[in-house]
Amino acid sequence: MVFAIEAESLTRTFGGKKGKEPLVALDNVELQVEEGELFGLLGPNGAGKTTLIKILSTLLLPNSGTVKVLGHDVVKDSQSIRRRINMVSGGESSGYGILTVKENLWMFTQFYGIPSEVAKRRIDEMLASFGLMDKKNSTLRTISTGQRQKMNVVRGFVTDPDLIFLDEPTLGLDVNASFIIRDYIRRWVKERQGKTVLLTTHYMLEADELCDRVAIIDRGRILACDTPANLKKGVSRNSTFSIVTTPFKDVGGAGQLPGVKGIEAKEQPDRLEINFVLEDESVIADIISYITARQGKVLSLAKSQPTLEDVFIQLVGRGLG
Amino acid sequence: MSDWLLNYRAMMGRAYPRILGPWREPSWVLFDIFLPLLGIAAFIFYYRSMGAPEVFTGFVVLGGAMTAFWINVLWSMAAQFYWEKETGNLQLYMLAPMSRMAVLAGMAVGGMFFTSVRAVSTFVLGFLIFDVQIQVTEPLALMAVFLLTLIAIYGMGMMFASLYLVWGRGAMNFSTLMQEPIYLVSGFYFPVKQLGFWVAAAGSIIPITLGLDALRQLMFAGSEVFAFLTWQFELLVMVGLAVLFLLLARYSLRYMEHLAKREGRLTLRWQ
Repeated sequence: MVFAIEAESLTRTFGGKKGKEPLVALDNVELQVEEGELFGLLGPNGAGKTTLIKILSTLLLPNSGTVKVLGHDVVKDSQSIRRRINMVSGGESSGYGILTVKENLWMFTQFYGIPSEVAKRRIDEMLASFGLMDKKNSTLRTISTGQRQKMNVVRGFVTDPDLIFLDEPTLGLDVNASFIIRDYIRRWVKERQGKTVLLTTHYMLEADELCDRVAIIDRGRILACDTPANLKKGVSRNSTFSIVTTPFKDVGGAGQLPGVKGIEAKEQPDRLEINFVLEDESVIADIISYITARQGKVLSLAKSQPTLEDVFIQLVGRGLG
Repeated sequence: MSDWLLNYRAMMGRAYPRILGPWREPSWVLFDIFLPLLGIAAFIFYYRSMGAPEVFTGFVVLGGAMTAFWINVLWSMAAQFYWEKETGNLQLYMLAPMSRMAVLAGMAVGGMFFTSVRAVSTFVLGFLIFDVQIQVTEPLALMAVFLLTLIAIYGMGMMFASLYLVWGRGAMNFSTLMQEPIYLVSGFYFPVKQLGFWVAAAGSIIPITLGLDALRQLMFAGSEVFAFLTWQFELLVMVGLAVLFLLLARYSLRYMEHLAKREGRLTLRWQ
């Protein structure tokens, strides 16, 4: 089996000087991503996703452990890696406002030494795929956020990398723009043999829909790594319930009840929507008692099919928000 | 693909926005050509009122034109990495396989093109308005000194750029420090010889000091009296400085990139 990414005992800390405790961003991470895989990395803010991507993309050195990307060591042979990777981040503001979309893309292809004619042909093809042909001669400062992000995605793929890092590529985009980007990513991996994608996202449905395998990371540690289906199977041994109530005090306390494995509450102006992962269904009676004892009224109660979000809540103990 | 071809393409790619930009935003004509003339005029009127030799007028105009290159080195190349870091471009540069010197060379080539337009305009307007007499007896030597001065100062700028891989605003302060004091130490508007041998010698580590002194000797009759060293000797030193700063730039870019990656500051914004 050929791995696009192999990390062993990868640790990275920040700070820790002048007697302060260092912040552990990655803690003995073990990770293997196969070539040709669309691999998802899920985790809350500060979990270590971006640190991991920065190490894999040669922008940051690990403190300890070994990391190989496309067979090359990230510390000793970063130059060989750079020729074969690219990265796109959500909310990116790269490029120059004074240049047109096409000129910006051409400029970035030159950093990879792509002949001009090849670059221009690829840019035209990709702009057409992303519905941006009518904007190719517009300056970057005149196009919308969604169009700019589509351009960023084109920038990442136009160099035809063997491995691409997509760090929240659909962050803040509307449904249509997100769909176009997701559809392109899916087709890119499927139609080109050996191409690998490492995707981080906050959108569970996106990870569920796109990824062959998903790793869940929190506080610098990989908590689980498997296909979305297998991860969900693990949760289905537990019961997941969605309860809508009127607002009541100490919602978090419900998470401390015996048999409750995870809880995520979303506050609306006049109600609370709470998702519970329970060891077994009998616990639901205790939860309802807990709510009514605090003057909350149960408006609806539904048992739900497990989702990646449930997996996440169970493993991390809280939602992404 | 060879590294040379990759780096050549990268250089031209980065030069492109620099060459194109000024034509898309022509307001620079007012700010970069006409406004600097006011400063030059102030020095010339001052010298004339003091009864300084007429050759000083040429010194000032030449100094004013060369200022454009020095400002370009400090703010549009070295400090440019600060802005690139803030916008996220630096991350993409560092991710790409090209040499970091190729990106900076692209900024330099693009910057030289634009700044040359500005410098020549300042020069021509200065000479037309203030009636400066030029006498070039060694055109090849003049061209060699000019090019070596540019190579050396842009090499120095690449070295300064490496600071921005690790630091942010702190390095900005360094660029500010390198601006006004250098106008004095390098003798932009007066013969550096006036500072005395040791100060002028110390100032000669900044390549533009000897470059300006040699250019003056090669352009203005009667300037030999005010020369710090002979232009032939200064030309030799300039060759050494050009090589030295390019080598230092290469080393410092590698070292500072490694340091920035180790400390986690390479892509850290809002520093």
